[in-house]
Order: sequence, then C-alpha cells, then structure tokens
Amino acid sequence: MATAAAQKLFEPKIVGPAIGDAFLKLNPIKMVRNPVMFVTEVGAAITTAEIFLSNEPKSFTVQIALWLWFTVIFANFAEAMAEGRGKAQADALRRSRTQLFAMRYRESSNLERVAAEQLRKGDVVLVVAGAIIPGDGEVIEGAATVDESAITGESAPVIRESGGDRSAVTGGTKVLSDQIKVRITANPGESFLDRMISLVEGAKRQKTPNEIALTILLSALTIIFLVVIMALYPMGIYDGAIFSITVLVALLVCLIPTTIGGLLSAIGIAGIDRLVQKNVIAMSGRAVEAAGDVDVLLLDKTGTITLGNRQAAEFIPAPGVDMVEFADAAQLSSLADETPEGRSIVVLAKNYGIRERQLHEMPDATFIPFSVQTRMSGLDLKKEQYRKGAAESIRKWTKGTFPKEVEETVDQISRAGGTPLVVADQDDVLGTIYLKDIIKGGLVERFKLFREMGIKTVMITGDNPLTAAAIAKEAGVDSFLAEAKPEDKLALIRKEQAEGKLVAMTGDGTNDAPALAQADVGVAMNTGTQAAKEAGNMVDLDSNPTKLIEVVEVGKQMLMTRGALTTFSIANDVAKYFAIIPAMLVATFPAVAPLNVMQLHSSYSAVLSAVIFNAIIIILLIPLALRGVKFRALPASAILRRNLLIYGVGGIIVPFIGIKLIDLLIVSLHFVS
Amino acid sequence: MTANQWLQLIVYFGALLLITKPLGLYLYRVLETDAKTFLDRIFKPLENLTYRLLRIDPHKEQNWKQYSISMLVFSAVGLVFTYAILRLQAYLPLNPQHFPNLSPDLAWNTAMSFVTNTNWQSYGGESTLSYFSQMVGLVFHNFLSAATGIAIAAALVRGIARNSAHTIGSFYVDITRVTYYLLLPLAIVFAVFLVSQGVIDNFNAYTTAYPLDQSAATTQTLPGGPAASQVAIKMIGTNGGGFFNANSADPYENPTPLSNFFEMLSILAISSGLTYYLGKMVKNQWHGWAVWAAMFILCISGFFIAFHYEQAGNPIHQGLGVATQDGNMEGKEVRFGIFNSSLFADVTTDASEGAVNSMHDSFTPIGGLVPLTNIELGEIVFGGVGAGLYGMIVYIVLAVFIAGLMIGRTPEYLGKKIEAYDVKVSMLSILILTFSILGFTAWAIVSPWGLAGLNNGGPHGFSEVLYAFSSAVGNNGSAFAGLTTDTPWYNTTLAVAMFFGRFLMIIPILALAGSLAQKKLIPQSSGSFPVTGPTFTLLLIGVILLVGALTFVPALVLGPVVEQFLMHQGTLF
Repeated sequence: MATAAAQKLFEPKIVGPAIGDAFLKLNPIKMVRNPVMFVTEVGAAITTAEIFLSNEPKSFTVQIALWLWFTVIFANFAEAMAEGRGKAQADALRRSRTQLFAMRYRESSNLERVAAEQLRKGDVVLVVAGAIIPGDGEVIEGAATVDESAITGESAPVIRESGGDRSAVTGGTKVLSDQIKVRITANPGESFLDRMISLVEGAKRQKTPNEIALTILLSALTIIFLVVIMALYPMGIYDGAIFSITVLVALLVCLIPTTIGGLLSAIGIAGIDRLVQKNVIAMSGRAVEAAGDVDVLLLDKTGTITLGNRQAAEFIPAPGVDMVEFADAAQLSSLADETPEGRSIVVLAKNYGIRERQLHEMPDATFIPFSVQTRMSGLDLKKEQYRKGAAESIRKWTKGTFPKEVEETVDQISRAGGTPLVVADQDDVLGTIYLKDIIKGGLVERFKLFREMGIKTVMITGDNPLTAAAIAKEAGVDSFLAEAKPEDKLALIRKEQAEGKLVAMTGDGTNDAPALAQADVGVAMNTGTQAAKEAGNMVDLDSNPTKLIEVVEVGKQMLMTRGALTTFSIANDVAKYFAIIPAMLVATFPAVAPLNVMQLHSSYSAVLSAVIFNAIIIILLIPLALRGVKFRALPASAILRRNLLIYGVGGIIVPFIGIKLIDLLIVSLHFVS
Repeated sequence: MTANQWLQLIVYFGALLLITKPLGLYLYRVLETDAKTFLDRIFKPLENLTYRLLRIDPHKEQNWKQYSISMLVFSAVGLVFTYAILRLQAYLPLNPQHFPNLSPDLAWNTAMSFVTNTNWQSYGGESTLSYFSQMVGLVFHNFLSAATGIAIAAALVRGIARNSAHTIGSFYVDITRVTYYLLLPLAIVFAVFLVSQGVIDNFNAYTTAYPLDQSAATTQTLPGGPAASQVAIKMIGTNGGGFFNANSADPYENPTPLSNFFEMLSILAISSGLTYYLGKMVKNQWHGWAVWAAMFILCISGFFIAFHYEQAGNPIHQGLGVATQDGNMEGKEVRFGIFNSSLFADVTTDASEGAVNSMHDSFTPIGGLVPLTNIELGEIVFGGVGAGLYGMIVYIVLAVFIAGLMIGRTPEYLGKKIEAYDVKVSMLSILILTFSILGFTAWAIVSPWGLAGLNNGGPHGFSEVLYAFSSAVGNNGSAFAGLTTDTPWYNTTLAVAMFFGRFLMIIPILALAGSLAQKKLIPQSSGSFPVTGPTFTLLLIGVILLVGALTFVPALVLGPVVEQFLMHQGTLF
C-alpha cells in the first residue's frame, strides 16, 4: 500500500493495458451507460458510413470519422487509466494474501489444516507466531503482537487481544509473537480486503448522487443539441444549402459536452483512488462525495487534536525556592518515571541546565513507584525524599504544610485546562509542574481555514467542561462536547443532522459504532473493533484520526473537478460555433465570411480543427481528471470566483487558440485543402 | 445617443428601480394569505364571497400535483369559455359592427393565445372582434392568465423558502388574491390615466369621417370601443394583445409620450417587483437584487444593440437619398422615433408582453435579432408576470448546479440541495422550449403549408417563421408581421406551440417547486454557494447565454445574421 502512494501518472504498466481496454469499451451495450459518449460513438459510426456515401472529399470524411472514433477511445482511455491505477493498488493488496492456510478447530476441538478460502464465517482458527491471519476476525482468546504493515504500511507491530476495543484482526496480517484464537467474521470474498480490492478496482462502482444529477444534465444538453442539429438540416434546405451529414455530426459532437462526458467516470474512480493513496478506504463513492459536503467535524480530543499524552510546559517554584533548584528536584522526582509525562519533565528540566542523570549513576537512590495508596511517585536519596503527585496527595505527604501561593498556582493551572503536579521534599513543598495537553502542529491554522470554508469543528472529550473549554480555545475549535459519553456523541450528531447539516467523525471503539453509523461520514480506525469498522463508511488504515480533514479535502476536490470540467466543456461551445457555423454557410452565403473570426484556412480545415480539438482536449485533461483540481481552503465565494475565471472564462478563450493552432498545423501538413 | 435619450433611459430604469421595492413588499402581502393590505376593506368581502361561491377553503393548501391540476382545469374551462364566445359573437350583445362568428381555427388559436398569456393575434381587433368578445372573452384571460403566472411564481418561491413542506399554496386563493388586490386596482388606476392621455373608451359604433382634404380619400372609418380599460390590463399583465390591430403604435391606444413611458414601465413593473418578493421570501434581499441586476444588464444590453443598429440604419437607404442620420425609420411611428421604438421592442420581448409600438419586422436584421433572442432566452429578463421569475429560477438552479460543484459541495440554492430530480425537471423545461421553437420552425420552413404564409423570401422569410414560433412558444405574442398566419395550419400549429410553451413549461416548474419544498433547509455558512454579489450576477448571465442562447445560434445565424451581412452587400428581402 505504501508503494501505491508514489504512483506516477502515466506509468507504462498502466498505460499499456488501458489502451487495450479503451478499445474493448467501445462495445455499444456498455457505452449506453454514458449517453454523451454513446451519441459520439453513433456519430463516429455514421461518419464512417459516410466515407462511402458522401460527396465530400474522401480524405476529409475519413479524418473526421477517425477523430470521432478517437474522441470515444480517448474517453474510454481516461476511464481505463483510472481503473488501471485502481487495479494496480488492488494487486498490491492481493499479493498479501496468496496461498494462505489456516489451522481450524473442528467440533472435537482438535485442529485441521485447511486453505483460507475454505473458511466460513463463525469458524475458529488458531494463529501462532509467524503465521498469517487467514481472514478477518475477532480475537476470542489470547493476545499477540501483529504486523499490519501489509495493510497500513506502518512497520511498528500492534497488539491485538481478546475483549475490548483491540480485538479485530485483518486477514493478510502476520502474528509476530504469542498465539491467538480467532473467530472468522467474513466469508471468503466478502472480507474487508476483498471489499477494498473490488472498490478500488472500480468493479462495484455505483454512480454517486451528484454524478447521477450531472449525467442527467449532460444527457439533457445532448438531447437539446440533437434537436438543434436535426432542425438545422431542414433550415438549410430552405436556404438551398444541403448540409453534409458528416459536418452535421461533427458539429453535434463538438457541441455536446464530450469533455466532461468522457472524463466523468474517471473523476469518480480517481476520487476513491486518491483516498486509497492516503491509506483511507471508502466503502462507496457516495461516502467520498458526502465528505465534500460535510458541515461539522467531530474530532476526539486525545489523539486527534492533542498528542496522546500531556507534557510538562512550565515549572512554577514555591516562594523562596530557586528555579534551578526546583527544576533539579522535579527531574529527580521523575527520573524513574517512564510515562511520557515523566519523560517530558526530565526534558523540560534540561532547559534549566540540568543534565539528564541515569539511575545507575546514583547508587544510593531508591525509586518510589506510583502506588494507588499514596497516589505519588518519587525518589529517595540519602537525605532527600522527593515526591511528585496531585496537590491533595502532596498535602497529605507534607502533613498539612502547603503554601498559599502554591495552592493558587494549582487552581490557576486547573482552570486553564492543565494538570498541576506538586513536588515536595519531605515536608517542604518545592513548587508546581504545569502539565499541558499539546495541540498537534498545524491544527490551529487548519481549523481556521475550515471556519473560513464554513465547516464547524467540534472537540469531543471526556474532560470536565472547564478543562475542555481551555483546550478548545487553544486549539481553535468552534465548540466542544465535554464529559462526553458515546450516547452524547450520537445525540450531538442527530441534533446537527436535524438542522440539515452533514456530520463527519472518527471512531474506533465498539461503543463508537452507533455514532459512526449515524454520521454521514464515519471514518473508523483500522486498529478499532470490527463493529466500528462495519459501522463506518470509511476505514483509515493508518488509524490517524487527524486524517478526517484530508478526507474532507479529497471529497471536495472530486466535486470541484466535476464542476470545473463541466463548466469548461460548456464554455468551449462558443469557439466551436465560430469555427463550424461560418464553414457550413460560406458556400451558400459568401457574405458571412467575416464570421470566421479565427481566420481558419478553409471550411474543411475549420470543421476538422474543431473536431480534433474536441478529441485532444480529453487527453490533455486526463491528468487534471485523475489528480483533481487543486484544493484551496477558501470561502466559497473566493473559490467560485477563481474557478469561474479559470474554467469558465478560460473555457471560452482556450478553444479559440487551440482550434487556430490545429488549423495552422493540419494545413501546413496538407491534411486538408 | 443624445443627451435627451440618455436622460429618458436613466429616468426609465430609475423609475423601474424605484417601484421595485414597494411593489415587491405589496406582492408579499398579496401572496401571503394572512397578510393584510390597505385594500382589505374593499376587496376582503369580495374575496370571501368568491371563496364561498366556489366552495374553496382558503386555508387548505395544495401539493404540487393538486396545484397543477387546479391550474390545468381552470385554464381548460377558460379556454372553452373564450372559444365559445368567439364562435358565437354574432349572437351576443355589444357588436355594433355586426362582426360574424370566428372560424374554428381562428377561434381556437385566439382562445389558446389568451389562455396562455401569449396574445398572439392572427386577427385585427377592430375588424374582427366585437366589444363583447374583447371585454368578456379576452379580458377574462388578460386578468387570469396573468394571475396564473404570478401564482406559479409564488408557488415556486414558496418551494424554495419553505422547510420540509408538502404544500406550495393554493392555486385558487393565489389567483383570486392577485386579481383582486393587485391586477384590478392597478388596471383601474392605469385605465383612468390612459383616458387622461386621450385613449378612447366608449361603446359607440365606428364613426365615418370625411377628411378635409377631399382629394386624398373619400371616407375614413374611425373605430371605437372600450380601449383604455383593455389596454391597461394588456400592459400590466404582460398580455400584449392590442385592442386595435396596430397595438401600442395606434394613437387610440398610445397617444402621448407620457402614455408611452408608462406603458413601457407597466410592462416590467410587476416582474421587477417579483424579484424583491423573491428576496423577501427567502430572507436574502441581496439575492433578489442580484437577480434584478442580471435582468437589468441583459435588458439594457439588448436595448443598446437594437438602438445601435436601428440608428446605424440601412446602408441601402443611403443610395436612395433617405436622410441617414435618422437611422432606420421604416415601420416606426415618427412620434416615438428610434429610441422609444428600440426600447419598447426590447422591453416588450424581455417580458412576455408582445405589445408593440413599432413593427419589429421592419427593424434592421440585427435590430430584429434582439427581440427574437430576448424571446428565445425564455423571456426571463424581467419576463412575463410570474413567468419571468419562474423561468429565471430555472436558470438559477442550473447555474447553481453547474458552478456549485466547483466550490466542492453538492450544489445548494439558498439552503436547498439541487439533486438529480431538480436538474431533470429544470432541463425538461428548457428542452421543451428548444424543441418546440426549433421543431415547429423546421417543419414550417420545408412544408408547403408553412411556406404558403411567407411574403418575404430568403433569410428574412426564415426569420419571420422563426419569430412566429418563438413568440408563440415564449408566450410573447408579438410578430414579425410579414407572415400570413391566419391560415388553418398556422392557427393550429401556433396554438399547439403556445400550449407547449405555457403548460408543458409550468408542470416541470411546479414539480421543481414541490421537490424543493419538501427538502430540508440547510443553514447558510461561508461554505454555502454565494447567490449574491457581482460574481453570481455574472455567472447567471453567463449560464443564460451559454445554455439558453447557444442552442439558437445556428437558427439566428441563418436568419438575422446572414441577412445583416447580405444587407451590407446590397441584398434585401
């Protein structure tokens, strides 16, 4: 999977088969699914017949027919490319699951060796160290470290154990130590990986709601232009001009929105694909589209907004205690404390010039581990007895001596959302350590951008409202849900949805499952339970909750790309009229020559140039369709202005230049007279 | 343009801008059933009596299907009613000139023409219809087809404004209230004004006059009739069917510069007010103004093009010694000149009015292309009363859908998601417009029946046919008059075209209203599609031109554009 991310756009391995597929896709029965390209294909067939029927120069009709076929093939190629890239990723996934065998428990509870494909839902298998887990399942007994790099690309092993939220295992991953009993939860071909593969390949792709609406618009435009062209023939008869069928078909194909019609499905496939490159698997294209519409992001505090653990941010010595002296005491009290909080105190003390000491350097030191009775930890030296703990525990330890200033500091820190730890040496209170939630880098700016885009961020936390408010303020989220229980989360989602908003969230535990199912975009962590994964409509293989933000961006990008290419396609028609209409009329009404504003060489070169432009633009826009329009976090009005300028105004201007250049080229090459 | 013309232009659009808000606020009160108006004391009893007589419960609202059926049934009854009067006018009173009954095809065409708010006239008013036919048979529709248009627009706007609703208002309540509180009082005031300007209003038989200059002609017949009252509603309701054949070019209908100014203003008045009504209903007044701005820009652009080409005139006249600085005065009233003829022509086709104060057929080719294009856009530049707004909203929905995807969200119009169904019905209405105009024109132009009506050949003859079917489908009613259309074939096909252009358009639009109404209203944020401001206005204009106008480019090139080029080479048709 990690290799898939760095895929080149036009990799020969993908381009080769895609060219072949482009021809196979010419099958009209399959083409009907895409009305715009179907009409183009019919047009290509008609002009091919016209080669033998029409009075136009053969070379002209042949070239028009060829380019119309190319138009269809280019569109098919775009789709095949998108599918090919998906397949390449699917193959990478498949490699991880060849020839697996499983040790299945028989009813008599002895083991038998069977092929993984024979496993059925409900079977129980034993997986020992070094073996590959044969299918998706749930650990029902034991615990083991598992290498999930085949799926996540992450090399650090993870722990999987029975019960709780870390019981789900995925087929294709490898057990490194210990052994586990796994109950299989999916039949072969229905497992998580299988579903992923088929989605990525585009085999099961269904049109998304916006795609359906857009297809209707494009089909209606196609019908309208069919009417226009069919009416043009009798109108020509009235004027004594018999328009050739070839030219009418050429005009039709140029006017119908072939650019977007040809690239539409590629854009959809590429959208799912871009998510896969970010190691997120969407269960449907619909989910990707919904991601673009999200109004509210529910973000868990721990792990998403803040780093998992708190860190020492400040030392506040008690009155009369020197700062360096206190830093030294703080470090000593934490030397043996291997928790991340403890490590961070040692690191902070270095800022005060105190070198990190090792326990073995101090032979007379005795480490006092944290105990539930004292709720403190610390270190005893010959004379000193350093203790570190919550204010109440230290008060007990110092038998009531507790300076008022320290008490105030403790209060302040609590109110600011931090955790105060007090350090004492026997009866002397030395000062307070300020432990703080650390906001992940770059998030504050990102949330600001989201606000400008009209997306509300809500922080979910189990903290008390006071602490939650302080962290929410620091992180820059719009609101927070404190002391949140899973049912509160669900209630919040329902409330936002009742107001017509779309909600996205991440979750991993089984108790998250209802909320994940209720959310419009529910991203389950791959480390989460099977229940959570089933409930969500996306799975993040890296189990990085912050990625929700990128998921939204990919969704938006997909919609933007469709809109941009539709606008471009429709705007192109202006120039095509200016190329073809004068060419059609100039024989009957030589007076209309000034309408040929591009000064195209001849009627034949004008029509051919327009058709060639119409075909080539599809190829030129494949990279844009596959990569997507560049996403910028701006307010809607700014994005609209920008994209209208590029794809609307640009769409009017570009074909004038393109058609003129093609005209110069084909005339200089003597393709037409 | 002279300073005086600039001044007139500024005063005209300034006045239109000024009346938009008060009219919009009043429309809001008329169309909200429970709101009070200052005319309640006079009309409330009448309104309640109407409901009692027709057994309508004014508080029972309809869903879009019921609304459509009511509208269709009501229109069908009106159609039969008028057809009967026209077929029987010889036996009915107020017929001092003893006009005979109309032929079946002419009666059918005329009845359909008025029921669809088109007011296409295959007849000459003063030489065909009795006072009774005009006052009862036609005026019924002048009020009620206008009220129907406003009702449909209101239903669509309600669909946008409401949250998860199943109903879009009551058709019968809407047309009753619009007629009593809006059209009737306005028509009365306007009729009195017109009489003050010299528009006739009597029941006299026609007068035979003996000119002082006996050498010129022996006698002249001066028609009579209740013109002022009919002209008032013809203008206000964007009907456009002249009491007399020459319509607003006739001094009996439009005698003074002041009457001309107010007739032009009355064409766009209600439609302009409806944009304010839209803004008020959806609680986004700047959206209303953004729509107004798009309409205004298209309207004034059309005028400038028409004026430019009319002022430039016909180069062939130059060789004939006609004063070229006067521009193309052919077919224009000297009283109105180039300026007021061009403005009237632009305005009457922006709206589905169709009244004329000059002969569009005699405009220069490009001058004539402007009214033709205005109609083919679907008359959404202010447009017919109600019809303009609902047509415009279809374009807005399409603009929002096409460009809305570009901001990276499912397109949303004022908090309503635009989905497959909405796109389908919106495109259906545009498809019907294109199909009807181009289909009938293509048929006419190669069929012996169609060609039989042509009095001019070449591209000009083509333009006349194209204009006739555009006008019929667009429910405009003005004509390139060089075409003889009082034939069974034209009467029948034009009537069918009018039917398509009205009712086949309205049904998808009511379906759109119903679909939007039942959607949840999504709260607006900075991520929502912006439907205010210059970007939106320009986008809307762009979509109107790209989706609306582009489909007619080939036909327009074959007609007016080719003709303009040929004119410059010295060929006329």
